[in-house]
Amino acid sequence: MTTLDATPTTLTGSADELAPPLTFRQMAWRRFRRHRMAMAGAITIILLFIYAFVGGLIYTTADANKTDTSQRLSPPSMEHPFGTDTVGRDVLARTIQGGRISLMIGLTAALLEIIIGVMIGAFAGFFGGFTDNVLMRFTEAMLIIPSLFLLIIMARLVGGNAFWIVIIFGLTSWMYVARIVRAQFLSLKENDYILAARSIGTPTREIIFRHILPNSMAPIVVAATLAVATAILSEAYISFLGMGVQPPTATWGNMLDGSYNYIESAPWLWIFPGLLILLTVLSINFVGDGLRDALDPRSRNV
Amino acid sequence: MPDPTLARPHDPPRDGPLRYAHDPSRLLLDIRNLEVRFNTPEGVVYAVNDISYGIHEGEVIAIVGESGCGKSVSMMSILGLIPKPPGEIAGGTATFMGRDLLTLPESDLEQVRGIEIAMVFQDSMTSLNPVLTISRQMTESLRRHYNMTDEQATARAIELLELVGIPDAERRMSDYPHQFSGGMRQRVMIAMMLACNPSLLIADEPTTALDVTIQAQIVELVSRMRERLGMALIWITHDLGVVAGLAERVIVMYAGMIVEEADVDSLFDNPHHPYTMALLAALPRVDRRRDNRLNSIPGSPPNLLNKPRGCPFAPRCIYTIDRCRSERPPLIPLSPTQRTACWVTTSDDFKYERRQDSGYESQSAGTYE
Repeated sequence: MTTLDATPTTLTGSADELAPPLTFRQMAWRRFRRHRMAMAGAITIILLFIYAFVGGLIYTTADANKTDTSQRLSPPSMEHPFGTDTVGRDVLARTIQGGRISLMIGLTAALLEIIIGVMIGAFAGFFGGFTDNVLMRFTEAMLIIPSLFLLIIMARLVGGNAFWIVIIFGLTSWMYVARIVRAQFLSLKENDYILAARSIGTPTREIIFRHILPNSMAPIVVAATLAVATAILSEAYISFLGMGVQPPTATWGNMLDGSYNYIESAPWLWIFPGLLILLTVLSINFVGDGLRDALDPRSRNV
Repeated sequence: MPDPTLARPHDPPRDGPLRYAHDPSRLLLDIRNLEVRFNTPEGVVYAVNDISYGIHEGEVIAIVGESGCGKSVSMMSILGLIPKPPGEIAGGTATFMGRDLLTLPESDLEQVRGIEIAMVFQDSMTSLNPVLTISRQMTESLRRHYNMTDEQATARAIELLELVGIPDAERRMSDYPHQFSGGMRQRVMIAMMLACNPSLLIADEPTTALDVTIQAQIVELVSRMRERLGMALIWITHDLGVVAGLAERVIVMYAGMIVEEADVDSLFDNPHHPYTMALLAALPRVDRRRDNRLNSIPGSPPNLLNKPRGCPFAPRCIYTIDRCRSERPPLIPLSPTQRTACWVTTSDDFKYERRQDSGYESQSAGTYE
């Protein structure tokens, strides 16, 4: 009797195994969730976005740019939680408004970088031969130019508004993406399913973008994530050197620029934007790490 | 509105009798003197050497031979599926419904592939794109070639999946390839290839990667589909057992050349090329003692880097005479339905006796301990 009673338990136990197999996305999500640092990073990024974009509803651009010379360089207080800067602008309001610009620069520059990189990498990898040679030599030529130097020169030439900064970042940082995508295409195009797709008359354009590209999404997603972090850092570099987005528009980068002379006397000027940049870049890198592990088809352990 | 996939002038009636008596004027595909080469760093590989054959509407032919004999390459080259370079079509014509496929521009070839000629590949495990759902892959060609809407294409795809025996087809449309077994994937592939109702289906060893029971199901499925849709079929294989039950005519290839072509009965009862005899002798047989070792052909196919001067099979052949080594035999007609490229066996003195003395039967018939 006891053995008979035990039967239903085993059946219920195996019901879980009979559940439909997980899709790739579900498996990746499971792996990502178990990556603690990546989850912490993802949550931090979400909070930072809320900080910049929901905060922006409370502290408007006008608040961020309002000068009050009677309140110059006042330390953090109830009225100005992050203190004020050299012309009496509220640092909290400026980190919020600056965050919007910095994060948007990061996202759009990464998007542009991915688009250029994917295009060049895809064509080079798929067509091979002469096309590949020309595109890859061009990529290498771009790579050997010191990028900070190039950034400064181009920023100098086109002047400091956010739109051109994004274009410059996009044009100077697509090379690694192109190389990754090319390598992916070189191996993926040899697959049987590409041959099968061609044998039912799929045009080349669709083979490239609908068949091969989705297969190489994992490394592209990881590269895109890291590209956001790099773009935010680059914005900080060139703004610090005075070539970035020009004041009064705030970005995290140009807030640092103004604080250089007050490192000791008014540390709140650089601590807050610096901390925000640090948090953002660190979190994005953790998320990138987590995605790399989660999207790797070889790590099937769920 | 009639189903757009059915409204095609050259389709025979779906349920009516097939024209088995092949009208020579209705040659569907006519390959003449096809030569394919690969220019590799090691030298020129002569993959396909001067092959000519035709297939009629609704006919079933099989192409047999060992791996590396140019079976797949010859088919893929006429569809423009070999990489160029290193591949190169060095000569010949492939006339399909009045057009030479070998000179057709790529955009026209895209129309031929899938609509007119479809090809099922060997490895069903890798022939489906792992990141796209079955639905997406199934409806792709329907939408493109027939301008179907999403709903029409989906309905047709479900119908096709049911036709090839995928249970619960509607629900499985949203599944990914890894959720299907090997046999099921091959069924999906076949459904995909049938989607546009081609007049010629090329099956490139579609059962090699499957186990024997599934193989039988796939063979049965393809021949049922063929009868129902009335298309011609070229079945590339190295399994003569499959050939016997399926094909009307058999082409035996060796080293990129056709060495024998015959109707299926003549081929099995009266093979004339020593290579065909050797292949037949290598078949496992139920009427043989089980502890006998299976026959094999000693040696391996020649390296196609060097174009052999004489008969390519001469080094492995038991009948070789001097002439075989110096002069390549042409295809010599033996009867209206059979031609063989051999100096020895096509001469009048040669008599093939299947049971005892074909040489290959007795060669390695010793007991295996």
